[in-house]
Amino acid sequence: MDMIASWIGNIPDFAVPFALAALGLIVIERSGVLALGAEGLMLVGALAGIGASLMTGGATVWALILAMCAAGVVSLLFALMVLVMRINQVIAGLALVFFCQGLTGLLGTLLDWTNKPVAGLHAVSLWPFSELPVVGKLFVQNPLVFVTPLIFVVVVLVLNRSVLGLRLRAVGENPQAADAAGIPVLGYRCAAIVAGSMLIGLAGAYISVLSTKMWIADMVGGRGWIAVALVIFARWSPWKALAGAVLFGCIEALIPQMAASGIRLPQYFVFMTPYAVTLGVMIWVALASRDSSSQPGALGEPFIREERR
Amino acid sequence: MSNPNAIRLDSVSKSFDGFKALSEASFTARWGEVHALLGENGAGKSSLMNIAAGLYAPETGSLFIDDNPVHLKGPLDAAAQGIGMVHQHFKLVKPFTVAENILLGLRHLQAGTYRQRLAQTAEQITAMAASLGFSIEPHARVDQLSVAEQQRVEILKVLLAGARILILDEPTAVLTDAEAENLLTTVQNFAHQEGAAVILVTHKMNDVMRYADQVTVMRTGSTVASLKPQTVSVGELVKLTVGDAPTPPQIPSSRDAGEVRLAVRDLSSSGAAPALRGVNLELRAGEIYGIAGVGGNGQSELAGALMGLPEPVSGEMELVGEGDLNSLSAARRRELGIACIPADRYSSALAAPLSISDNFAMGDVHSGRYGPFWFLRRKRIEADTAAAVAEFDVQGVRSLQQKAALLSGGNAQKLVIAREFARTPQLVIVHSPSRGLDVRATLAVHERLRSARDAGSAVLLISEDLDEVMALADRIGVMSAGRIIGEFAQPADRQAIGQAMVNHV
Repeated sequence: MDMIASWIGNIPDFAVPFALAALGLIVIERSGVLALGAEGLMLVGALAGIGASLMTGGATVWALILAMCAAGVVSLLFALMVLVMRINQVIAGLALVFFCQGLTGLLGTLLDWTNKPVAGLHAVSLWPFSELPVVGKLFVQNPLVFVTPLIFVVVVLVLNRSVLGLRLRAVGENPQAADAAGIPVLGYRCAAIVAGSMLIGLAGAYISVLSTKMWIADMVGGRGWIAVALVIFARWSPWKALAGAVLFGCIEALIPQMAASGIRLPQYFVFMTPYAVTLGVMIWVALASRDSSSQPGALGEPFIREERR
Repeated sequence: MSNPNAIRLDSVSKSFDGFKALSEASFTARWGEVHALLGENGAGKSSLMNIAAGLYAPETGSLFIDDNPVHLKGPLDAAAQGIGMVHQHFKLVKPFTVAENILLGLRHLQAGTYRQRLAQTAEQITAMAASLGFSIEPHARVDQLSVAEQQRVEILKVLLAGARILILDEPTAVLTDAEAENLLTTVQNFAHQEGAAVILVTHKMNDVMRYADQVTVMRTGSTVASLKPQTVSVGELVKLTVGDAPTPPQIPSSRDAGEVRLAVRDLSSSGAAPALRGVNLELRAGEIYGIAGVGGNGQSELAGALMGLPEPVSGEMELVGEGDLNSLSAARRRELGIACIPADRYSSALAAPLSISDNFAMGDVHSGRYGPFWFLRRKRIEADTAAAVAEFDVQGVRSLQQKAALLSGGNAQKLVIAREFARTPQLVIVHSPSRGLDVRATLAVHERLRSARDAGSAVLLISEDLDEVMALADRIGVMSAGRIIGEFAQPADRQAIGQAMVNHV
């Protein structure tokens, strides 16, 4: 019983980075830009968060905000590549990941931020829910866990219930139509890239500042890629992405539980599980929904106005 | 009597990749008139109007609205000046509703929540549609509307965004005759009663003669005349657009048809609403069999099935002496001399990013004419292509290595025909061969089909253009609701065929 309670209590800690990163990717991809760089931007957010924490001496909220800004600034490089230079978006996304992996590894060592613990945020209890049996621990979490659903609500409202969101989706579905309607296509795409990247950066900072509470090189460990898969699995819908993030959080939270309870499984088999599930989910989605109707119509296509054929 | 000028373009020039699309073109439209802009394909009509709508920036020349000079930085500027353009390819966001699409184009948003704005937009749509004399469901998704309805959405979109100068680019190209009449009457009322300026970009003489108050004729990037259509005959207008008068299409001379080449029996497609419901026809050597009908009665599916596209079908398509068409591989089809000319040149007939010579050679590369599989005889390909390009009068070829995508519609079609007719075909299947082509290119295409027939080919012509079928076919089958419901031999009564096309339920 205790084991189940502590497993449930751990789920949000694993689910929040997936959820925030997937949400950021959805914002970017709804504008028609194929974003594969989540892994890199999460690393930037993670390192910047730790750096800011260490430099400000524990102003964690500011550290999170600075982490978001850092990811936003780095994403401008991606925006330059795909919007202005119109480099293939897959290549640009991969290049961004490798660039960020190298950059964060280097800076982490040079600035000597590796393995330095930070304070993080105190857990808060959501009384009276925190007194519930079994699921009680679900409501004793750091504040960002409780803020995450609010971020989802705000993003969904903007995307689906505002003229701003209508224009953003139009840019992603049919940029020529949006252009003819007088919407600055590249401006909207650039804004989407920066805004989405800030959410992805927050996801990275969550891992380093709030969850692990220190920086280790390459600490995101493939979660950015799982987020990319999650977005496809969720058919670009934020709520489905949140559900998917919780599902993956459940699996990831199971790993330390199994180790603690003495179930003997090969270590690498356990580490493989989330990726195996990702693969399985992707195959299932590919088989189940053959229509790609919910995919943004212009995903991955650069926008050029004065082109003849 | 003449109204003040609404929009004036003065000596406008524009080139693309060194190709001069417009040279010193001038154009004036007045308030309260329907002004037709007439010209062949590639004459520069769309380019000129894209400049008026702010999509392209002119290299030289100037634009005046109400006789005031205006500089347009983009479509937004054009909209602010009251210019709205309905493009040939609709600029609608398919998964959005009608109201969402229109809300997207509104510049001055009312206060209120998103839902209130959407509701207000829906009211405006209903009111504006009613004033134009049609109705539309504001909350229907655009991709579930018919083409004619989508076009109405486009028109509502530009009008609700405040357009007083309405530019329609080839608006009737995608419509049936009845729909086109409806649309043109609507825009005519809009110009005459509301005092707006309507510019009708078209290459259809009938539309000009019936609906335009003024017509400007374009030829090879220049405006050559501006006159009142009532003061000239159709012949004179054709002469102005083409330069020299083409010979009028004639009814083909009848000729003894040979043995049956292709027999189609009970061809049906599957599904809940099958497009084909038992097509029967026999095609003989040395004849053109024309299939006429209102668009969407199964013609595309019939063409697809005969051309070997994977259409789910039951029934028989017997190529006499060879068995069922479906059982033949693409290579075997080529060996037997089956030529296919699909309706969509760029997606089904040509590889647009490849060179002209590659596109030409791909038809015959399997036969070994251009070398064995490890070696390509480039010189022979080039020579054959050059000969075919000259023989079939493919214009606009600057180099045989240029991309096929750079050819205009008519010339791309000529290239397809040159390839398919490189060796005398036994069986020709053609679908809408002159769609989007100008008068001269159409005549050239028709001439090729006639000479193939005279050389003994069996030609199946599927076309939604009744004039084309009348001009070419020796026998005419009328297709309706997935069946051939009647056959007519030449000389056929146009009225009777027209009746058969629309009356059958």
